[in-house]
Amino acid sequence: MQVNNGYQPKIVAFCCNWCSYAGADLAGNNRLAYPENVKIIKVPCSCRVNPMFILRAFQRGADGVILCGCHPGDCHYTSGNYYTRRRMALLFSMLNFLGIEKERTRVEWVSAAEGAKFAATMNEFCETVAALGENKRLEDLRCKR
Amino acid sequence: MRKCKTDALDAVFAEIAKSSLLYIPTDTEKGAEYKKWSDGMKMSNALNTVRSPKDFFFPQTEDLMEFKVNGKEIEVIDTRSEKEDFVVFGVRACDVKSFEILDRVFLIDPCDSYYANRREHSTIVSVACTRPVETCFCQTFGIDAAAPEGDVSCWKTDSEVYFKANTPKGEALLAKLEGITVDADDKDVTAQQEKTREIMKKLPLAELSADKFGAGKTEEFFNAPEWDELSESCLGCGTCTFVCPTCQCYDIKDYNTGHGVIRFRCWDSCMYSDFTKMAHGNPRLTQKERFRQRFMHKLVYYPSNNDGLFSCVGCGRCLAKCPISMNIVKVMKTIGKSE
Amino acid sequence: MQKVTSELLVKKASELLENGTVTRVLGWKKGEFSYDLTPAVFESGEELIKDFVFSDFSGANFSKYLIKETKKADGKVLVFLKPCDSYSFNQLLTEHRFDREKVYAIGIPCEGMADVDKIKKNVGDGIIDIISDGDRIVVKTLYDGDKEIAADDVKAERCIVCKSKKCVAYDELLGDNGEVIDSERFDEVEKLEKMTDDERFAFWQNELSRCIRCNACRDVCPACTCEKCVFDNPKSGVENKAISDSFEEKMFHIIRAFHVAGRCTDCGECSRVCPQGIPLHLLNRKFIKDINEFYGEYQAGAEIGSRAPLVNYTLDDIEPVDAVKKGEADNA
Repeated sequence: MQVNNGYQPKIVAFCCNWCSYAGADLAGNNRLAYPENVKIIKVPCSCRVNPMFILRAFQRGADGVILCGCHPGDCHYTSGNYYTRRRMALLFSMLNFLGIEKERTRVEWVSAAEGAKFAATMNEFCETVAALGENKRLEDLRCKR
Repeated sequence: MRKCKTDALDAVFAEIAKSSLLYIPTDTEKGAEYKKWSDGMKMSNALNTVRSPKDFFFPQTEDLMEFKVNGKEIEVIDTRSEKEDFVVFGVRACDVKSFEILDRVFLIDPCDSYYANRREHSTIVSVACTRPVETCFCQTFGIDAAAPEGDVSCWKTDSEVYFKANTPKGEALLAKLEGITVDADDKDVTAQQEKTREIMKKLPLAELSADKFGAGKTEEFFNAPEWDELSESCLGCGTCTFVCPTCQCYDIKDYNTGHGVIRFRCWDSCMYSDFTKMAHGNPRLTQKERFRQRFMHKLVYYPSNNDGLFSCVGCGRCLAKCPISMNIVKVMKTIGKSE
Repeated sequence: MQKVTSELLVKKASELLENGTVTRVLGWKKGEFSYDLTPAVFESGEELIKDFVFSDFSGANFSKYLIKETKKADGKVLVFLKPCDSYSFNQLLTEHRFDREKVYAIGIPCEGMADVDKIKKNVGDGIIDIISDGDRIVVKTLYDGDKEIAADDVKAERCIVCKSKKCVAYDELLGDNGEVIDSERFDEVEKLEKMTDDERFAFWQNELSRCIRCNACRDVCPACTCEKCVFDNPKSGVENKAISDSFEEKMFHIIRAFHVAGRCTDCGECSRVCPQGIPLHLLNRKFIKDINEFYGEYQAGAEIGSRAPLVNYTLDDIEPVDAVKKGEADNA
């Protein structure tokens, strides 16, 4: 998909193994298009993602980072995503506090049955980030040499 | 000796900046810092800058080279750029002395070409102190705050600024200022020096002596029981080493950019747990040993290798900045058993 | 000026040493000047009389030293806890970081500590002596004779917005216990929240760019007690000492503050020790403020054994997207 005169943002999507990754699979099976510049990283549970993962993704050139997990209440490990929810609420609020565009980060709950939601979310997230342009505020210049 | 009116200092700066980069200490909200001079910038009257000027020659982080990976090819890139000439104006006597201490580390064979490159392109204009503070103890190490070294020495009186060139580089700089400065005698300078030296005698640390320390004293002090109590509350942070004008240890690291490697060096601190870490682990396992390393280096090891020259200049930065207020003065008094 | 005197504390400590209750005393040791006290361990009454000082410059929080000190030897160590120190003490106990049985804690009231940098700014260079006299401070200077200033004008920031005068942990209390204060400590944070993204970014870029990666903020923090910090692990790929890119500074400070989120008692030691004067406490307070707003009021260290907000949850917690918006809504 091309947005904004050819500019394609780099998006990193952390997806939990049990719901969201399967959701992405379903999107594929159903031939639902979402941008190829979304790079999925599979994690056992959304709560495996610690704040450093998010920052590291930005450091390595991501323009937006999205974290997908099972819907609250549906975690394969019962409560993992409840912890994720608190962690990311605080982290994203802190990033906002440091003046980093809040639209660059997102948490979305996507079940294994929600292939359509996965594709729609990614399309919409990609457009939002593309509108913001390149990530300048959390970039590591060394990685761009 | 040459002089100009204090008001003409702006013109002096402008003249110097015509032919080279110029850095002067200027006041910020958080104390004085060296900044690149631009029109209208005022020189700070603070005694010293928060960070030492060693960054000019030995920056906290500096890239050494870069490797680019292209298929099976590795390209090695020299990231060094030819340095522009620069002038650092307003360096205090203690900090000027620190350059000599760094020179003895970096310029001996094998010469550190990164450091040497910067040194060659620099001209140092020192400025004499008139209001030393309680944390000053440069006289302990034989430094005269009223007669700073450097390529050009400079004295600021109420209405005038005096310049004296000490080196060919300094003479070249003063030659550029000939239109702004006039010949002068040293009457006012001598008077100011006498006054400053009187004040120095009255400072709280005026009596501090380094006589007990120096080359060859390793065995005498290494196993002193006092190291335990002195290092007891040390946090193991790097504040003292990073504000110090003479600390010169560094680490060389590689940073993987994902498509290549940047090899850089950065200041290291003997207070850190990974200092001089080797394949077998760390040679100094406790904070006491790391703490001892710093002070033994300054007071014994360095003098042993450098004709008795101590590697402390008494600038007082560590006295002001240590989170737990442990510092070289307390160490010298306790280990040297003097009040 | 402090209400409890050095003499009283020395007397108390000497008694406890003599009757064998404790074998060592953690205290502030006299320095070269009046403001440079060093945390030290005292083992006899003579040492105490000679060097123990409790004054407006006894800011150092001893709680973290207890981890090392209680492992050293048998016998109890005496520690003096100012109200804010007592919160750190409790928090460390909650995390099982030291053996409570090996500590004898005396709670002492605190009237707020002085900030020597503020004094220097106020009276200029060359401080020979500083004498507290009620709510006035007399500073003897090298160049301008004696100068008198109001103690309130040179109070440390963390003490101006003191959150509690109440000692929450002690074996013995000197004087009356104070109260938790409805403080204005979040005002600065709110001021930043009201700025635009660009202004906030510029503010933090300016502040954090001064960081020299000395790690003092981490090393002094009573909540930072990992045996090995992630930033000291060369294999983690993060920088522990180089100022190699402004990204690294942001990452370090975000992660430092995040790792103590919910456990930080807001003792303010990080900002006190920063050699570059970076207001690090604002990052910690932002987390505390958010936690209070999102998950209900929580004060780390107020009681032993409380469950920290980040290892807890409810079924209807705020969603991250709404959490970020909540800050925005307050701005309007």
